[in-house]
Amino acid sequence: MLLYLVRRVLYAIPIALAVGLVCFMLVQIAPGDPINAIVPADAPQEVVEQVRRDYGLDKPLPVQFGLWLMKVVQGDLGRSLATGRPVTADLVSAVGNTLTLALVAAGIGFVMGSLLGTVAAVFRGSLLDKAAIGLAAAGVSVPHYWLGMVLVVLFSVTLNWLPAMGAGPGGSGAWAWDWEHAKFLVLPAVTLSVIPMGIVTRTVRGVVAELLNQDFVTTLRGKGLRRGGIALHVLKNAAPSVLAVMGLQLGYLMGGSILVETVFSWPGTGFLLNSAIFQRDLPVLQGTILVLAIFFVALNLVVDLVQTALDPRIRRA
Amino acid sequence: MSTTTVANPAPAGIAVPQPAPPVSRGYWQGVARRLSRDPVTLFFGFILLLMALAILFAPWLSPHDPYQTSMIRRLRPIGFQDWRYPLGTDELGRDMLTRLLHGGRLSWFLGITPVLIAFAIGGTLGVLAGFAGGWVNMLIMRVTDVFYAFPSVLLAVAISGALGPGISNAMLSLTLVFIPQIIRVAESTTTSVRNLDYVESARASGAGAFTIVRAHVLPNVLGPIFVYATSLISVSMILASGLSFLGLGTKPPEPEWGLMLNTLRTAIYSQPLIAMLPGVCIFLTSMCFNMVSDGLRSAMDVRG
Repeated sequence: MLLYLVRRVLYAIPIALAVGLVCFMLVQIAPGDPINAIVPADAPQEVVEQVRRDYGLDKPLPVQFGLWLMKVVQGDLGRSLATGRPVTADLVSAVGNTLTLALVAAGIGFVMGSLLGTVAAVFRGSLLDKAAIGLAAAGVSVPHYWLGMVLVVLFSVTLNWLPAMGAGPGGSGAWAWDWEHAKFLVLPAVTLSVIPMGIVTRTVRGVVAELLNQDFVTTLRGKGLRRGGIALHVLKNAAPSVLAVMGLQLGYLMGGSILVETVFSWPGTGFLLNSAIFQRDLPVLQGTILVLAIFFVALNLVVDLVQTALDPRIRRA
Repeated sequence: MSTTTVANPAPAGIAVPQPAPPVSRGYWQGVARRLSRDPVTLFFGFILLLMALAILFAPWLSPHDPYQTSMIRRLRPIGFQDWRYPLGTDELGRDMLTRLLHGGRLSWFLGITPVLIAFAIGGTLGVLAGFAGGWVNMLIMRVTDVFYAFPSVLLAVAISGALGPGISNAMLSLTLVFIPQIIRVAESTTTSVRNLDYVESARASGAGAFTIVRAHVLPNVLGPIFVYATSLISVSMILASGLSFLGLGTKPPEPEWGLMLNTLRTAIYSQPLIAMLPGVCIFLTSMCFNMVSDGLRSAMDVRG
C-alpha cells in the first residue's frame, strides 16, 4: 500500500512537469514573437531587446523552459499585459470563484445523479428508469452555454426571480456566503451541473445494476436482510468506482466552466481566460491554464489514492 | 470486415448440412438485426438523416440568402405573420431558417471532421502501441497521459486560444483533444486482442506482423474504436460550437450555430425564442448522435 502510494505520487511529478511544458509551449505556438507575451506590441525596440535579454529569451528553448519553470515554482507567473498586475494576484480570486461555482455545481449534479442512477437501477426497465436514462442523455448532450441562456430567459427575463449575470450585487467580484450572493450562483451552478448529473446517473445506474445482480446480494436477500441493509452493502461496493468518476467530473467542471462563466459573466478562471484570449494576454492565458491543469493532475492523484484506500481489491503494489 | 472467409465446400445440388456461416458475417447480421429491433436508435438515426439531408441541400431548400442583411426587418418574430420568414429574422435582419440550414453545414463539418481525423491518427497510434508493446507503447502512452492531464474543454480552449481564432485552428485543437482519448481505447482493445489464442496461433504459423494486424487485429478492434469515436461526435459538436460561441472558431458573418447563438445573445430580451433556435439545433444534433452511438454500442455488444 505504502509502496503504491509513493509510486503514484512520484508518477505525478513527471506528469506535472510535462503539463508545464505544454503550457510553456502554448506561448511558443502562438503566432508572433513570444516576446509579445511580455512587452506590449508598441514598446520601443531597445526596450524589447532589453527585456529579451532580461527574460533569457535569447537563450535556447530548453534553457528558457528551465528559467520559466524556476519562476513558476516560486509562484511567479509573470505580469498581465492588459493590467500590468502579477498574474498570480488575479488568479487567486478567479480560482476561488471558479472553485465555488464548481463545488456547488458538483454538489447538485452528484446528488441528483446518484438519486436518479439508483432509482433507475433498482427499477430497471420501468418508466422511471427510462425517464432517468433520457434525462441523463439530455444532460450530456445539451450545449450547456445554451442551457444557461434558456435559464436566463426563463428565470431572469420572464420571471425576474434571479439575476442574469455577475457574482454579487453591484457587480463586485467579492464572494460571500449569504442569500444576496447565493442568488447569483443559482443559475450558473444549475447550468453547469447537468453534465455531471448525466454522467453520474449513467455510472451509478450501471454499477448498482451490476451489483444487484450479483450472488452476494441474492445471499443477503435470502438470509432476510432488509432493504436498508442491502443498500449499505451495495453502497460500499459501488463507492470506489462512483467516487472516481465524481472526482474526474469535478476536475472537468473546474476546467470546463469557461463557457458557462462567459454566459453569466461569472468572475472566475473561465472569464479570465476568455478576456485573456481576446486581449492576446498570453501570460494570463498561460498562467490560468497551468494552474487549472495542475489542479486537475492533483485531483486525479487524490482520486486514485482515495479509490485505492476504499477498495482493497485494487491495492496493486 | 471478414476475419475467417470460409469457402462453401458443398457442391451444387447435393443436400449437405450447411456449415455454420462465417463468424464475422453472422456477427454483422446480428448487429443489423439488433439495430432493426431498436426503435429508439432508429428514430434518432432517422432524425439525423433528415437533418443531414436538410443541411446538404441547404442552398436549394433555403428561401433566402444567408448573408443578406436588412435594417428594416430585424428580429421578426417566429410564426406566420410574415410567411416569408417562418422562423423570423436575426439581429441583422437575415432569415433565420436560411441561416440555420446553412449554419448546420459548418457546425456539422466542424464537429465531425476532428473526430474523423482523430479516429485515423489516434486509431493508428493506439493499435501500434497496443500491438508493438515495449518501448513504442511506453512512448506513445506516456505522451497520451500528458494530454489526458488536461480537461478536454480546457485543452481545446488553450490551444485554439493560443493559436488565435479561425476554423482551422479550432479544428486542430479539437483533433488534438480527441487523439489521446482514441489512442487509449485503441491501445487497450488491441492489447486485449493481441494475447488471444488465435493471434498466437497465427504468429506460430508464421504470419508476419502486418498480416496479423490486418487480418486478425484490425477486424476485432476497429468496431469498438469506431463506436467510441461516434460517441465523441456529440462532444465534438458541442465543443466546436462552443469555440465559435466564444469567438474562437468561425468568424462573422459566416452562419454557424455556435456563433449565431453568441451574436443573438443581444436579442434574448426582445426575441428570446429566436435567440434559442441555434442552440436547439446543436442540442438536437448532439442528442441524436449520442443516442445513435449508444444504440450502436449495444447492437455491436461493445463493453465499457
